[in-house]
Amino acid sequence: MTKAAINVSGVSYYYGSKPALNNISFTLQAGRFVALLGPNGAGKTTLFSLLTRLLQPASGSIELFGFPLHKSPGQALKQVGVVFQQSTLDLDLTVAQNLAYHGALHGLSGRTVKQRMTVELERFELSHRANDKVRELNGGHRRRVEIARALLHQPRLLLLDEATVGLDLESRQSLNRHIRTLCVEENIAVLWTTHLIEELSSEDDTLILNQGNIIARGSSEELLTEHDAPGIAALLIQLTGAKS
Amino acid sequence: MSPAAYLNCFLGILRRELLRFIQQRSRFISSLVRPLLWLVVFAAGFRAALGIAIIPPYETYITYEVYIVPGLIGIIVLFNGMQSSLSMVYDREMGSMKVLLTSPLPRAYLLICKLLSGALVSLFQVYAFLLVARAFEVEPPAIGYLWVLPATLLGALMLGALGLVLSSLIKQLENFAGVMNFVVFPMFFLSSALYPLWKMREANEIIYYICAANPFTHAVELIRFSLYGQFNAQAFWITAVTTVVLISIAILGYDPRRSLLRKR
Repeated sequence: MTKAAINVSGVSYYYGSKPALNNISFTLQAGRFVALLGPNGAGKTTLFSLLTRLLQPASGSIELFGFPLHKSPGQALKQVGVVFQQSTLDLDLTVAQNLAYHGALHGLSGRTVKQRMTVELERFELSHRANDKVRELNGGHRRRVEIARALLHQPRLLLLDEATVGLDLESRQSLNRHIRTLCVEENIAVLWTTHLIEELSSEDDTLILNQGNIIARGSSEELLTEHDAPGIAALLIQLTGAKS
Repeated sequence: MSPAAYLNCFLGILRRELLRFIQQRSRFISSLVRPLLWLVVFAAGFRAALGIAIIPPYETYITYEVYIVPGLIGIIVLFNGMQSSLSMVYDREMGSMKVLLTSPLPRAYLLICKLLSGALVSLFQVYAFLLVARAFEVEPPAIGYLWVLPATLLGALMLGALGLVLSSLIKQLENFAGVMNFVVFPMFFLSSALYPLWKMREANEIIYYICAANPFTHAVELIRFSLYGQFNAQAFWITAVTTVVLISIAILGYDPRRSLLRKR
């Protein structure tokens, strides 16, 4: 049986005495697209930091493809590509240099990095910008570079934390299409954090986080029916009390 | 992960440090100008005021310029260590530190690669300075140029590790000015970089003991002896042990259990 891409079991995390995540559990199967929704301060970014081992849970366990994150971080993190909410590109390096640095951090040889870089830059229509400094790129292109970089080492799980924040509608739609294609064609599991409701479709598997608790889980369609809500935005307001 | 993967990772980190160093020309120039100012201006003034007795490793009377050069090599690696610490804090504020910390390779290994890369970059600056220092009649024996390499590398590792420890403690770039006032300057002035320890003892015994306990003094002495083809075992062991202790503290500082990045 295929191991779940993410298996979070009873995870809690505190900032001082303030709980950020409160005994949450969920699984994400390989090749699935799951949207993680929640208002600001719900604990989405904390969850991402825990999934990437930037933080360690106060209790509970996290497994990525069956590898416990705290016991086998190397094996677990090898499977993961991450795009953080805040840009993590080195602005003074070129696109190619940023990707090469990431490849090296994953132990890839120069030759493999070159081959993979060609594939990913072509996929995101960035080949002509390979030798440009990141500083010279616009927001949309920078985001695409970050996703290309996250895919460089061929991860089986992609974590995207508000990856479309600050982008115009066209760039958002284009990125959204790219990510969904990856999911279908390359069987990559995707955990997509967003607060932009229009990025979701009614079939999307959705996880709603509020004040450190998972308050709903299911396909958007199921959740709408279950809670008798006219749309996802209304559902979010209904469940979390969020204003917009 | 295979040994080749570890090597690729180290080479990648080294390449990035070199690229950043090459791009920051002002950093290279200031790293040369700083010790040259000491050598040209400060040493000229002190030459008349300070007499240097014959002390090991020197076999004859020397000028103050000759005495001060190992200390100035020390200041190059000290500032480079602090620069590297500053860039770690900057990377953390900008978010790019996350790229390093989410690598599947062991975090301790990543930090050591980062440290070693920074130390190797400072060697370029040291040799450039030694080349310029020849114009001021500071001409150590040829073998000294070879022996000074491992000694400087060890000193740079120790000071780079200190920088890593500081970067794990400093939460914001704004707090970095305090490092200059409370770490860099005391470390430099309370050492044998500018004056021999015996001279310090004549002036004030308490300050002498502080200078003798300062690991930077021993890094400078290790460089001084190696520059004249000699080995100072005491300086080597103190520098080496301090390096290991500081690296261990830095690794602990970046342990996710300490939740260093919790505010990011």
